[in-house]
Amino acid sequence: MSLDELYREVILDHYTHPRNRGVLEPADITRDGANPLCGDELRISLRVRGGIVEDIRFQGKGCSISQASASMMTEQVKGKPVEEVVRLIAAFKAMMHGEAPAADSLGDLEALQGVRKFPVRVKCATLSWVTLELALDELRPG
Amino acid sequence: MGIPATIREDFPILGQRVNGKPLVYLDSAATSQKPRQVLDAVRRYYEEYNANVHRGVYSIAERATAEYEAARAAVARFLGAAGPDEIVFTRNVTEALNLVAYAWGRRHLRPGDEILTTEMEHHSDLVPWQLVAQERGARLRHIPFDDQGRLILDELDRLLTERTRIVALVHVSNTFGTVNPVAEVTRRAHACGALVIVDGAQSAPHRPVDVRALGCDFFGFTGHKMLAPMGIGGLWARRPLLEEMDPFLGGGEMISDVWLDRATWNEVPWKFEAGTPNVGGAIGLGAAIDYLERLGMDAVAAHEREITAYAMERLREIPGLHILGPGVDERGGVVSFWMDDIHPHDISQVLDTEGVCVRAGHHCTKPLHRKLGIGASARASFYVYTIPEEIDVLARALLKTRELFSVAR
Repeated sequence: MSLDELYREVILDHYTHPRNRGVLEPADITRDGANPLCGDELRISLRVRGGIVEDIRFQGKGCSISQASASMMTEQVKGKPVEEVVRLIAAFKAMMHGEAPAADSLGDLEALQGVRKFPVRVKCATLSWVTLELALDELRPG
Repeated sequence: MGIPATIREDFPILGQRVNGKPLVYLDSAATSQKPRQVLDAVRRYYEEYNANVHRGVYSIAERATAEYEAARAAVARFLGAAGPDEIVFTRNVTEALNLVAYAWGRRHLRPGDEILTTEMEHHSDLVPWQLVAQERGARLRHIPFDDQGRLILDELDRLLTERTRIVALVHVSNTFGTVNPVAEVTRRAHACGALVIVDGAQSAPHRPVDVRALGCDFFGFTGHKMLAPMGIGGLWARRPLLEEMDPFLGGGEMISDVWLDRATWNEVPWKFEAGTPNVGGAIGLGAAIDYLERLGMDAVAAHEREITAYAMERLREIPGLHILGPGVDERGGVVSFWMDDIHPHDISQVLDTEGVCVRAGHHCTKPLHRKLGIGASARASFYVYTIPEEIDVLARALLKTRELFSVAR
């Protein structure tokens, strides 16, 4: 297990230069996520218009993996229809749990595949995705 | 006499390589490694006289019982107890603290009573009191710490009132490493009529402890942080307190007689030991205490002080690294720290590739970390087998961590 597999350049880039950081005001949905084991905390806020994720921000503190994953996620989902985002979340979680080969469409996110070899860190990578999933659940009627 | 240079040969695990590098185990505050002498004692029990205690009328059961009770006597001697009957075996400190919170707290706490703990407590000395306070309508108060992780004793006069029934505090902080002035706190608590319970998880393994000199009323400890196996620990309490307390868990062994609708209790300490105990663990603990007593606890403490001083010196050389807690004179063998722009998990991950084991996270002291405004810290902690060369490996690995995370800047 080499460090380069875990800390790929794109991950370190997102960690040190996070995209879409902050809190949306006003937001349609704001959702907090936490990893009680390591104390990582994350807040996702997003605006959805006409079934499209128009804007999204994340804020929180955590390790390079959780912060980079959140940053990459916001880049990937911004401007996409909600149904597509839901599919992306499922594909990302499947990739992180080793259930499916990474689809081509995951792009930069594939850099996070290396995290799979470090089981305790998988939760760091999925924190923002699980939080976004719960946020989108709030959108659905009933 | 110091710690013999050959000590590492007693610890088989220290010869391991991890990720191609020699194992550098700097997480003894989480759990200690085990010497061959302890492993042998446990194996002998299982191979030669494995039997349940206090029951069988046959030779190996009698030997098991004798060794189990000999371990209790060893603990009593090690902690300066008046006698073995003041030692209750539990699984760990957490269970010892829960035992007192329930068995003592349910009987004595009334609505409006106050429980005084500290802002640096481990969750195991916070949550049991929260639960019993909620149940009894009691109120929790906390002794604050200063910017060097020391208890602010000036606050004691305000916090200790005639409503304070018990003070629960950690002897040596598992995060700051601070050695708290237990004797002084106890003196002032007793003057207010409050009892004192001490979390000794990080003190009993590392320095001489004399519960009667400390003056406290309860003292919890755990075996696995002091060379013994996991799953064995205990509570020391003054005998009259154990006598008047209700049982904690019900079951076999803790009874004197049982009818279908009621029971009477066994003598102390067995009144608090329901069910089959961890006999092998207790025997391992007895062997661990023999081992520590042969080294001498003064020598253990002196060795750790030396290593801790060296570690603090080396860590201070690393740019952007911040050490939590007080100076070496007021600290045990624990050094927690954080680094600018690098999360403790990332530190720990990079260190692992160099074979270095440190703890990363909140170390079960979330309120402490919250007060400091940091989510987590990294912690290096030491024991009898830690050598300066390992501190050098740690320092080099931390510089490497810094380099890796400055790449993208």
